[in-house]
Amino acid sequence: MTDQNNYLDMDLLRFTTAGSVDDGKSTLIGRLFHDTKAIFEDQLEAIERSSKQRGDEHVNLALLTDGLRAEREQGITIDVAYRYFATPKRKFIIADTPGHIQYTRNMVTGASTANLALILVDARNGVVEQTRRHTFIADLLGIKHVAVCINKMDLVDYDEKEYEKVLRQYTDFASRLENVTDLTFIPISALKGDNVVDRSENMQWYKGPPLLYHLENVYVGSDSNHVDARFPVQWVIRPHSDEHHDFRGFSGRVAGGVFKLGDEVTILPSGFSTKISKILKGETEIEEAYHPQSVTILLEDEIDVSRGDMIVKPNNQPKVEQDLDAFICWFSGNKKLSKGSKFIFRHTTKEAQAIVSEIRYKVDVNSLRKMEGVDTFDMNDIGRVSLRISQPIFHDTYRRNRNTGSFILVDPFTNETLAAGMLR
Amino acid sequence: MQNYNLTHLEQLESEAIFILRETAAQFERPGLLFSGGKDSIVMAHLAAKAFSPAKIPFPFVHVDTGHNFPETIAFRDSFVKKTGVQLIVGHVQSSIDNGTAVEETGPNASRNALQSVTLLETIEKESLDACLGGGRRDEEKARAKERFFSHRDAFGQWDPKNQRPELWNLFNGRKSQGENFRIFPLSNWTEMDVWQYAKIENIELPNLYFTHEREVVDRNGSLLAVSDFVTPRENESPRQEIVRFRTIGDATCTGAVLSKASNLDEVIVEVAASRVTERGSRADDRRSEAAMEDRKKQGYF
Repeated sequence: MTDQNNYLDMDLLRFTTAGSVDDGKSTLIGRLFHDTKAIFEDQLEAIERSSKQRGDEHVNLALLTDGLRAEREQGITIDVAYRYFATPKRKFIIADTPGHIQYTRNMVTGASTANLALILVDARNGVVEQTRRHTFIADLLGIKHVAVCINKMDLVDYDEKEYEKVLRQYTDFASRLENVTDLTFIPISALKGDNVVDRSENMQWYKGPPLLYHLENVYVGSDSNHVDARFPVQWVIRPHSDEHHDFRGFSGRVAGGVFKLGDEVTILPSGFSTKISKILKGETEIEEAYHPQSVTILLEDEIDVSRGDMIVKPNNQPKVEQDLDAFICWFSGNKKLSKGSKFIFRHTTKEAQAIVSEIRYKVDVNSLRKMEGVDTFDMNDIGRVSLRISQPIFHDTYRRNRNTGSFILVDPFTNETLAAGMLR
Repeated sequence: MQNYNLTHLEQLESEAIFILRETAAQFERPGLLFSGGKDSIVMAHLAAKAFSPAKIPFPFVHVDTGHNFPETIAFRDSFVKKTGVQLIVGHVQSSIDNGTAVEETGPNASRNALQSVTLLETIEKESLDACLGGGRRDEEKARAKERFFSHRDAFGQWDPKNQRPELWNLFNGRKSQGENFRIFPLSNWTEMDVWQYAKIENIELPNLYFTHEREVVDRNGSLLAVSDFVTPRENESPRQEIVRFRTIGDATCTGAVLSKASNLDEVIVEVAASRVTERGSRADDRRSEAAMEDRKKQGYF
């Protein structure tokens, strides 16, 4: 490392990968880790040992992420695994999700916090059902950046024509996507290391950067909504001490936009307006706060504000409605969703009751076709429903703001998280 | 236009503070598991920030194996005094005396696994409904699939195959009577992030983390500090070494590393160059492939 203090301006990229056993995902992650020195000797020794014990021919890098006993025994990945590596430029959080059809819920979970989706396509097979499913989910979850790695180029003689063929297939179907604005194609061989960390000598025809360079440099700063100021109140700070006798601070994480000292604000649901008198980050007073900072806001006037309320700007307010139109992904294997089902509804820092007033349609995640006239949602089903909420919800469309446009449905009896939803 | 980007440490800090506040809001009686190790110290620092200028609205809980480095306890007590939080201590020795835990025997006996018993007893005695822990997903492969809000049934058990999906910033802390949660605000931090954050925030850490001379024995590849709890065996020859610790836990299973790093800057450089994980020096994780998962299922941190 040339500069010991580079970590002072490193930023963060969260990305999601999905894939099945054969498409080389583990090999790719293993290579990124290995080449950025994120695999340590004791980890490598441990998986070498297990691979040998299992009789695997090569060191099985999936063992690095498949931490649970059941996963090792069955040789499958059950759950989203979070993995970390860093270069001097960026820290990376990978939500690594299994690719089998029955694990749609894991893909949705992994994608919910990601800025970028990394999609692997086998150059020999081209775009398959699984590719479409991953892409659809990434798009549905509002991911703007998709990096399509056309893998196993070594097995098609590093032929540009094969790459072009897959690229065309993918572009054809990607024209239907709603949210993805940045689509990047990279021909790679995870196994041989072509275009993963270093530029490939074998594909001179490819003029773009290798994958790691792309991950280090893709600009995600403008993905957050810095326009619509939204501050869901999470916790009220009242010190009850002599020193801070009248202190009332409203803590939370900025869900969108920018709040500045002196800004006029409106409190929802009361509708009262006042001004911001102070913004605190820890003990430090700051001039402005923006997404995703956790801060404490103090107001000029004494207004009743509590958890679940939202601080906004008078001239830019969210929708306030009780009837909501949403895309949901159903997670539960124990329960089905049907018309009239009742749930606990969690949105920002608010909790309410919800009832399903209508099931509009389901989407076949493989063909992307709408299926109308369905009565229930089963595990891993995705589709559109109408909900009636017990109180008005302050929200934006998911497309406009991931934080104020997302919700979960919870079982009132078992407390299980049953579904994730995105408001339309 | 202004640049509204946060560095990786600022983002991790904001996320951890959000989780700490969410814990205070969603639970009636949370506790912060404070061991005196670097992760719990960073978590305590974040908690102080999250609720400033009010006091941290929950007690600290220490599960004491009795096999401590004296430095850890001294640090814990001075930290608690400084912040004014309440400290609850659960003693593994009491669990052994009461017959609810049985001391391991044999050459590699450790009280590490017994901590689970004492932790569960402390949770019950103090009616804690959530315990904040400093666990990180990069520490160990079973932790890689851990949630921020990790549900435990009435027996304190973790069911890794049946975890609640966790999306966006929406955390489901609802539970039935008798159940509780383990909550990990540092889930997305790596060892390096913790050291870097300690550096930029000027967080004071116990001197065990920095280079010093100490008598050690080499046991199963770990350099264990010679103390009242670790006595050299016949075939072992204790020696003086210049060492420091990367993690601090039970003195019987926490290995030291040879190091001359005397401050955080030097530690950061050393960790960056290291080719072994911090848990590589923990004898408790070396017992079997699924050692951590098995302990967690039984209620471990």
